[in-house]
Amino acid sequence: MSNLDQDTATIGAPTARFVNIGERTNVTGSARFKKLILEGDYPAAVEVARQQVENGAQIIDVNMDEGLLDSEEAMTTFLRLLAAEPDIARVPTMIDSSKWDVIEAGLKCVSGKPIVNSISLKEGEEQFLEQATKCMDYGASVVVMAFDETGQADTKERKVEICSRAYRILTEAGFPAEDIIFDPNIFAVATGMEEHDRYALDFIEAVAEIREACPHVHCSGGLSNLSFSFRGNETVRRAMHSVFLFHAIPAGLDMAIVNAGQLDVYDMLDPQLREACEDVILCRRPDATERLIALAESYRGKSREDEKQEAEWRGWPVTRRLEHALVKGIDTHVVADTEEARLEIAAREGRTIEVIEGPLMDGMNVVGDLFGSGKMFLPQVVKSARVMKKAVAHLIPFIEEEKTANSRSAGKIVMATVKGDVHDIGKNIVGVVLQCNGYEVIDLGVMTPWTKIIETAKAEGADIIGLSGLITPSLDEMVTVAQEMQRAEMDLPLLIGGATTSKVHTALRIDPAYDGPVIHVLDASRAVGVASNLLSDTQKDAFVEKTAAEHEKVRVSRAGKTGSALHPLADARANRFMADFSQKPAAPAKPGVHVFDAWDLADLRETIDWTPFFSAWELAGTYPAILQDPVVGESARSLFADAQDMLDRIIDENWLTARAVCGFWPCKAVEDDVVLDDDTLLPFLRQQVKKSRDRANFCLSDFIDPQGDWIGGFAVGIHGIERHLARFAMDTDDYSDILLKALADRFAEALAERVHQHVRTDLWGYAPQEALSNEDLIRENYKGIRPAPGYPACPDHTLKPVLFDLLDANANAGLTLTESQAMLPTAAVSGFYFGHPDSQYFGVARIGEDQLADYAARRSMDVETAERWLRPNLH
Amino acid sequence: MSIRETLLAQAAKRILLFDGAFGTMIQQEKLGEADFAGDLGLSASQAGNNDILALTRPDIIRTITTAYLDAGSDIVSTNTFSANRISQADYAAQDMVQQINLASARIARQAADEAEEKDGNPRFVAGAIGPTNKTLTLSPNVEDPGYREIGFDFLADVYRDQAAALIEGGADLILVETIFDTLNAKAAIFAVRALERELGREIPIALSMTLTDLSGRNLSGHTVEAFWYSVRHAKPLAVGLNCSFGAEQLRPYVQELGKISESLVLAYPNAGLPNELGEYDEPPETTAQKLSGWATGGHANILGGCCGSTPEHIAAIADAVRGVAPRTIPDVQPATRLAGLEPFTVAA
Repeated sequence: MSNLDQDTATIGAPTARFVNIGERTNVTGSARFKKLILEGDYPAAVEVARQQVENGAQIIDVNMDEGLLDSEEAMTTFLRLLAAEPDIARVPTMIDSSKWDVIEAGLKCVSGKPIVNSISLKEGEEQFLEQATKCMDYGASVVVMAFDETGQADTKERKVEICSRAYRILTEAGFPAEDIIFDPNIFAVATGMEEHDRYALDFIEAVAEIREACPHVHCSGGLSNLSFSFRGNETVRRAMHSVFLFHAIPAGLDMAIVNAGQLDVYDMLDPQLREACEDVILCRRPDATERLIALAESYRGKSREDEKQEAEWRGWPVTRRLEHALVKGIDTHVVADTEEARLEIAAREGRTIEVIEGPLMDGMNVVGDLFGSGKMFLPQVVKSARVMKKAVAHLIPFIEEEKTANSRSAGKIVMATVKGDVHDIGKNIVGVVLQCNGYEVIDLGVMTPWTKIIETAKAEGADIIGLSGLITPSLDEMVTVAQEMQRAEMDLPLLIGGATTSKVHTALRIDPAYDGPVIHVLDASRAVGVASNLLSDTQKDAFVEKTAAEHEKVRVSRAGKTGSALHPLADARANRFMADFSQKPAAPAKPGVHVFDAWDLADLRETIDWTPFFSAWELAGTYPAILQDPVVGESARSLFADAQDMLDRIIDENWLTARAVCGFWPCKAVEDDVVLDDDTLLPFLRQQVKKSRDRANFCLSDFIDPQGDWIGGFAVGIHGIERHLARFAMDTDDYSDILLKALADRFAEALAERVHQHVRTDLWGYAPQEALSNEDLIRENYKGIRPAPGYPACPDHTLKPVLFDLLDANANAGLTLTESQAMLPTAAVSGFYFGHPDSQYFGVARIGEDQLADYAARRSMDVETAERWLRPNLH
Repeated sequence: MSIRETLLAQAAKRILLFDGAFGTMIQQEKLGEADFAGDLGLSASQAGNNDILALTRPDIIRTITTAYLDAGSDIVSTNTFSANRISQADYAAQDMVQQINLASARIARQAADEAEEKDGNPRFVAGAIGPTNKTLTLSPNVEDPGYREIGFDFLADVYRDQAAALIEGGADLILVETIFDTLNAKAAIFAVRALERELGREIPIALSMTLTDLSGRNLSGHTVEAFWYSVRHAKPLAVGLNCSFGAEQLRPYVQELGKISESLVLAYPNAGLPNELGEYDEPPETTAQKLSGWATGGHANILGGCCGSTPEHIAAIADAVRGVAPRTIPDVQPATRLAGLEPFTVAA
């Protein structure tokens, strides 16, 4: 780096030689920030930006690339809010997106001189220049990725070649060289793949050559990629980053997107670790990766010790063996060991119950502690519970013989999935976790009416009631249960959980309905903490008061909030999305209804999207990377192996049947309705939230030609699960129960994906040439959408009966609906097909009273009924 | 030679003179509603709509312009500070925007050409674009800091229409003045760039920022240096400061800009600070004396006056700076100069 000429004009400006770019306001990099943005908690998101600046970020990177977001809207909203904060707005912004439209939306909000991150030659010179010119017009520096028409540069030669070419194109077009920042791609090293070994060294060498060949440019990179293989092992990651920068900065790297708190001082690193990192980064020896991995282990635990234990543990005393079996979830010897423990206690004239209260509970306490401190993950806990249940099942006859009181219980909890809802994976997981921690759980199963919940709680003398639900109508049903508990003058705590529940809904709707404590439980890992607080003599009052205060805070902040402004319905309609109907797909090649009685499960297995499977088990991460994750990887691999084993059996032994039906109908759009030629009416809802840019207010009917078009529909379900679940229940095997349900859900999704593909390529046939990989399918890189009733684009669950009638889904696919419009069997998916290439997913979000009334009239419902079904969209 | 080259050649030789206030001069005419409204038949009262005089009393605008040229102005601006759709809407005159700008530019062009013919010194017409009364960076609603009354695209479109009419009427360059919101100025730059492409010719830009108070920031919060980095991509012919306060208070900021800008530096302060009656009463000699200090200090290339200044002020300034060497453009080394509200430079 040349020295800055002191005479040049930079009087007031700080001059930086190495620039830390804050990475926390990036939805792809920070789970917390993503959550805040998805929840619309912008004030808290702004605080994240403030902390970054306070912590020394010289530039803040803002990224809103998240499938569930209107990224342009989120970018606009967030940047405008930052503009109102002088403490934050004083530093430059980096507008970070892989989508140009999002970048441009950001450029229209930033008053200073920002950096655009990024553009590249990926789509060719023309687009590259066009975007670069726009950057000049808006006044922005730009990060150029080393990416061209043939792909991302991985070798030194490619990095230098692409950057030099981009430099030439830009400077010839008058782009100031000093406003170019190259990102020559930092890739993960120490992945175990030999071809990745040179990635770091190639980067460093490329930077030096680029700075030489392209005067005045800068080089930047996203540092976290480098150490991706060591996710979870912060010590090693920090060391790798520090070593990397130590070598890359002198070579010319002068910016990096980095968590400033994540850097260690090079000289302070453990010399052994530093050398191992250096070997990897500088590619100094062929076994560098293995050596670093081996060394890394010593920085995060005692896994080698564990291995030794593996062979030894059978020789240990029985109490330790039981503990080990519980912690490791090994059920092979548990009955024998339990019997041995019982005999030992019996020999000294103790009671059988002491086996549970002694070694078994001790073991489960260890499990609980490990889980509570994030050292153990759900699949392991559920396996531990299976071991526990087997041990207890073995002991019950002896206990009953001794006619003693029941085992000491930490508390009694009645749990149920509410009326109208059939989803219970989450509830079962919470039940298992509570049982592991000594609570007695009375599980009332699914579709439980409030009468049964209250009767059981009273009859059993329960200490807590826990409600669960997945679909939005269940939120109302939970309010009903709360109201009825109030009417019954109960005062025991009510726990609320499930995917659509939230603290906000709990505070606003459920808590006011019931005078007793109401607590929203975010996930299974929180359940024990909540239950133990509620049943503690010393902590209960403080906890209940704290929760009540939090709810009050939510209510107050909501009361002050008018929410985003809404268009009158007429204006929203005037701002409809204008699809180009010259592009609409032709009429279906094979119209009518098509039935599939038994889709090949082996075929579906290939299409499974595994990421949601892991998240059902509360393992966070994307498949397949999650299998290598340093934190949950071990747990994920073991779960995945169990899933594969079960899949083998499901397929070989024909456990399940995959049934599907789909159909296509001629129709036309009439305002927000789609009217089929047989006069069936499909009314849809339109976005009414005012947008700060020229974005349309979408309605699904916008994708249908008013002059005549086609719409499709489908319903799929996975049958045959019950007898296997019964078998698992006999065996007190919650683990297999949850595993099978989760797999059935995956099969249903995979079936929906496969049928949709078949529709596009054959039945409707508008994309006969489509050839997509499984990854592309999961990313929905195809034309057309299949929105489901009850989901954001089409929030009204009551369209399901209409769809089911059209498909005769009961006869054709064996599917039925509950009164809350949940589908049975539980592993089922249904939705509409829109074939227009412009059709896209969106969220209807909040609607106004005017649309509610209008919609009710179109649906021939009274307004109160419509309000009940659409409540989540009304407030 | 292009306009840019001609102006730069002149600026290399001497300090150039800009004009003074239009508003102050128009006030002195004591015009009534009939003068403003003319026979345009607009639905709202036009009293105070100075810009519409280009259509209803073109003689007055012509007289003022000529007075400035006679006083020594090398560059005269069009009387179009509020001649944009947003500001004219206050007078129900938003549909007159094109006519006002065309007429105003033609008046200035004609006056400038006649003056040039008389003495052979080149004269320039700056098509003046004000900030409008809306801001892209601030929310007018305290409760909702993310709210904006207008969007970037809308404002750029408003500016584009005004600039197109000014250029069509004969303006040599576009002067974006009294910039209280840096993002508004960026929208104006964006609009002029688009217009350049439409017309297939260069349109030189001059930019002039206005400070809100003695903290040295404009309303959107930018320091002078941050402002400069934020608009430098316009490659303006001149960048400067106007209005705000008198020469006394403006000096340090003009000096700062002079050190960092590779464009010409333009400065046209108010004639002092308003007195207790809200009137500017700084005598021409006082203004001239202060500005001559900027000239001899080598801080500026183009000098003129804003609120309260008159042809007498311009004549006094012209006398005071005659023969003084203009500011030399500093040799600014390439470096990545970014900005939030404050500047940030990455070492080259």
